[in-house]
Amino acid sequence: MGNLQHRSQTTLRVNGKPHTLTVDHRRVLLDLLREDLDLTGAKKGCDHGQCGACTVLVDGRRVNSCLLFAVALDGCEVTTVEGLSGDGGGEEPHPLQRAFLERDAFQCGYCTPGQICSAAGVLAEAAAGHPSHVTDPAAPSGEPVPLDREEIRERLSGNLCRCGAYPRIAEAVEDVIP
Amino acid sequence: MREFAYVRAGSVEEATSAYASHTGARYLGGGTNLVDLMKLGVEAPAALIDVTRLPLDTVEELPGGALRVGAMVRNSDLAAHPLVRDRYPALSQAVLAGASGQLRNAATTGGNLLQRTRCPYFQDVSKPCNKREPGSGCGARDGVHRDHAVLGHSAHCIATHPSDMAVALSALGGRVELAGPEGARSVAAADFHRLPGDRPEQDTEIRPGELVTGVVLPAATAGLPSAYRKARDRASYAFALASVAVVLRLEDGVVGHAGLAFGALAHRPWRAQRAEEALLGAAPTRAAFEHAVDLELAAAQPLRDNAYKVPLARNLAVDVLSRLTDTAFTGRAS
Amino acid sequence: MTGSVGAPAERREGREKVSGTARYAGEFPSPGRAQAWPVPAGVARGRVTAVDTAAALAVPGVLAVLTHENAPRLAEPDDPTLALLQDARVPHRGWFVALVVAETLEAARAGAAAVRVAYATEEHDVTLTGSHPGVYVPEEANGGHPAVREQGDPDGAFDASAARVDVAYRVPPLHNHPMEPHTSTARWEDGRLSVHTSSQGTGAVRAVLAGLFGLPEERIVVTAEHVGGGFGSKGTPRPDVVLAAMAARETGRPVTVALPRRYLPAVVGHRAPTLHRLRLGAGADGRLASLTHEVTTHTSRIKEFVEQAAVPARVMYAAPHNRTVHRVAALDVPSPSWMRAPGEAPGMYALESALDELATELGMDPVELRVRNEPDVEPDSGRPFSSRHLVECLREGARRFGWAGRDPRPGVRREGPLLLGTGVAAATYPVMVGPSTATARALPDGSFLVRINATDIGTGARTVLAQVGADALGVPLERVRIEVGSTELPSAPLAGGSSGTASWGWAVHDACAGLARRLAGHAGPLPGQGLDHRADTTGAADAESDFARHAFGAHFAEVAVDTVTGEVRVGRLLGVYAAGRILNARTARSQFVGGMTMGLGMALTEGSTMDAAFGDFTESDLASYHVPVHADVAGIEAHWLDEEDSRLNPMGSKGIGEIGIVGTAAAIGNAVHHATGVRLRELPLTPDRVLTGLLDRRT
Repeated sequence: MGNLQHRSQTTLRVNGKPHTLTVDHRRVLLDLLREDLDLTGAKKGCDHGQCGACTVLVDGRRVNSCLLFAVALDGCEVTTVEGLSGDGGGEEPHPLQRAFLERDAFQCGYCTPGQICSAAGVLAEAAAGHPSHVTDPAAPSGEPVPLDREEIRERLSGNLCRCGAYPRIAEAVEDVIP
Repeated sequence: MREFAYVRAGSVEEATSAYASHTGARYLGGGTNLVDLMKLGVEAPAALIDVTRLPLDTVEELPGGALRVGAMVRNSDLAAHPLVRDRYPALSQAVLAGASGQLRNAATTGGNLLQRTRCPYFQDVSKPCNKREPGSGCGARDGVHRDHAVLGHSAHCIATHPSDMAVALSALGGRVELAGPEGARSVAAADFHRLPGDRPEQDTEIRPGELVTGVVLPAATAGLPSAYRKARDRASYAFALASVAVVLRLEDGVVGHAGLAFGALAHRPWRAQRAEEALLGAAPTRAAFEHAVDLELAAAQPLRDNAYKVPLARNLAVDVLSRLTDTAFTGRAS
Repeated sequence: MTGSVGAPAERREGREKVSGTARYAGEFPSPGRAQAWPVPAGVARGRVTAVDTAAALAVPGVLAVLTHENAPRLAEPDDPTLALLQDARVPHRGWFVALVVAETLEAARAGAAAVRVAYATEEHDVTLTGSHPGVYVPEEANGGHPAVREQGDPDGAFDASAARVDVAYRVPPLHNHPMEPHTSTARWEDGRLSVHTSSQGTGAVRAVLAGLFGLPEERIVVTAEHVGGGFGSKGTPRPDVVLAAMAARETGRPVTVALPRRYLPAVVGHRAPTLHRLRLGAGADGRLASLTHEVTTHTSRIKEFVEQAAVPARVMYAAPHNRTVHRVAALDVPSPSWMRAPGEAPGMYALESALDELATELGMDPVELRVRNEPDVEPDSGRPFSSRHLVECLREGARRFGWAGRDPRPGVRREGPLLLGTGVAAATYPVMVGPSTATARALPDGSFLVRINATDIGTGARTVLAQVGADALGVPLERVRIEVGSTELPSAPLAGGSSGTASWGWAVHDACAGLARRLAGHAGPLPGQGLDHRADTTGAADAESDFARHAFGAHFAEVAVDTVTGEVRVGRLLGVYAAGRILNARTARSQFVGGMTMGLGMALTEGSTMDAAFGDFTESDLASYHVPVHADVAGIEAHWLDEEDSRLNPMGSKGIGEIGIVGTAAAIGNAVHHATGVRLRELPLTPDRVLTGLLDRRT
């Protein structure tokens, strides 16, 4: 099925394991994870980069996996909610996962993996000195940005939660700030 | 989405020649808008030329004090870059006012410029839209157009350009660098996007096969007080209802340089040249700001449901001008 | 009871949800599973005259294209929105006219784009106005409420009143938009149908599928283990499940239908727009003499659904002369349906805003005005309340919020460019409960298993029901296991109308209490399979009550309005509820706060526009339909009173899933008025409206 020039081989490391697949060029990372690798933690909420439920880390940066063609990610390192704790089996939860549990930072759970992956990205970005819309423009550039509640809220605004768990999510993220 | 061929380009030359050899090709950057539009059926390229791995991913100082931002620099890296933050705060602020952290991590500088309007009629292939399908009509003009243009629109199209970044680039006097089959050239950012006229399908001055390779921020506005402000329907992650980017230099108590551009008012970032001219040499008073901005906005032709954009844009511009004046005097935003 | 109930027990499925291993309807691996993509109608009214499927069938990977010409015939459903691909009629834009089934998502989407549909279009009318010639008074509104109620002489009493408010409000169409789009996976095997679906109640899904496909219910299994939200839109079976079952039967393959987000507004219900006229007449002492609430709304051509927005006015305040009326126009629009607190959410926005206007008119504190109009019995029915602690909620909320000493003058608190204000509104939601069954089993290892077809849509049902069971058994919580979310379990009603926990909990309580009695009389070791007890609350849970049963609450909001942009930010939102016994402090707080967040969206950001020319909702995606984001939600607090009410159910609980949204929009709108002096009577309060209002005020 399909024309060869519309499919290519691509290799991704997902949660530390290499996967080489021949993919339809139209296949986005989200569908590859969910359909080809049975990693259904990343969710499809809108399929258009408008809700954040599909958030994963690619080469350590949070992105909307619904908008990335898998073929273009050849050689990339992908971390999903299933691999966030880094212990392979997910037996020992990531501190963010534990904080979400402790704070009851979710209800239906559908946005939760995206919120958690996004929060992991936020922590790294702030540590690397990335400002946000609410960072004081006079703050020194290149320095780590302290994450107060307002910073957390702004930086997580690409992750919608229709159950309205926002206050609890912000608290959970605050709990794991080093 | 139709099937497409995929080519990963390793150099600008490879990219432009791959484009030339594939009918119906499009360049793929971060994909945050193109992939979205392909899913909607608005875009249906036969081939994607992936330019994300081109060596255009750095921010570098040029001799003479200008700054070049490679087209593949991701929006988040652009906004965080110390030279950008320190010298062109309006640009950093504009980028950070747009989209979400995830999208900014993927979106590129070049792609941001080339994103398409979010007009709902453009995005829905079951409806007429002159931009998507020339000659089919405009669904928005008599339809739902609260978010649409008040300046420079035409009978054919009332869409706005959605970029925040491009508004700041325009105000700061940036230039867009292009490479194509006929070589390299550059265009002033303020002239890069077009007004719709009778050819709304053409968003920019880019020529077929040309690739945005970078943007250059001029030495002239480096280090000047500048700022970006945006009004939107929710506190984050929403397109602008109106926005403004301002760069201002005071000399001997009067305005020595003014760059002012509006977002979400027109088919392109609206460089407010009449206002800039009126500001030059004027004392930085609220009255002078209001006068200058009103001169610019006198050209507005609001539609049935978007007249609010005129006072909104006026308020934003006067507010940012006033704050920057304080900054210019005190060295710090109030 | 031993003390599990009320404790902040952690969600039982929490670990699965945070680790990404919780599986939703489209996520169960199934060999050979195909994917399907629907094709929406591109006209607002008419008939399909031809469907050209050749190009779609030529797309590599496409297995089948179902249209009204070749789709399996279904029995006529009670819900006309489920008569999918049965005839050529297009009742509204976005109605599904074909379904493409393919090997992959990519092929299915490409196939759907390649289907060519020709229509004979007819003139359409989608624009609701108060004076629409098609407006009529229905027999009843949603929930079986009479469309019209009247007591005394409301017009005469209004005319004779010292203080009068005669105002109109408008609430736009709103969309539920749960984060998980409506999704179903169906598989046929040996004449049996099994379905994973994203639904608030699988029992109803099974019953509808049985009817449509002419199958006995025993041959259908429907499961909904985890559901990514619903907010009413998954309270009834939706097109995804019917299409998946049709496509699976037609192709002989398991098929998943995950509705694209953009298609949801047209096919999964919406909150209908409501036009409100309120007339309040009061004496100088603030006591209401006359209260009239008239509501005009729309429904579709194929299904009458009337948002019961005037009903809360029958519950809230003592007004000897009153009238409540619902009117509706059937238009060529998508079928409206339930969205969190149907009736109460828009109705209380209007009523509580009007009350605020009356307080201003009277120069009276809005909390005191409400207290002064507290009724002794339910105004409309004359029945006593089983419990009503609205006044206590208002008082407690005022205390916590710091309401005392509030300067009532509008538009006088300025901080730089910001205008600050505070507002209050009351909330109410009826107590609903339905019959349910459940079983409880004692196992030889000392553990217990409770089985019930409840659905956990994020409310924490698993957790709360286990708590109820543990207390009824008199055992620690960790010894009670629970199974929910499948029609293989004892039948139970849906998660809707804030009735789930009351209905299910009653049956779980009875099953466990009965089992405890059985165990008390049992000597010696348990048999290998354990001991069972089954409960059925039919006759008890659905018995008419002599009491009016409602939850009440009070909302307080503090806002800052930016005079530069018209942007409104809610700095604080506080709710105090009297909702019977709170069964799990942790999950309850999340529900209250969640409802308030949706109310904040209703107040400030959410709204949809019916496009007159094309007949669809313009804001069809999550970029244009603005549900609140993190940055919109600063401080939200939820508190509750310890309310005891023995006239409800064995737990003494009232529903809590919906009351959080009720009144929140009014509290915020009232705060915006207090901040600015501008009374905006159309939601949402977006910058364009607020800024325009501020400018009009100045001129």
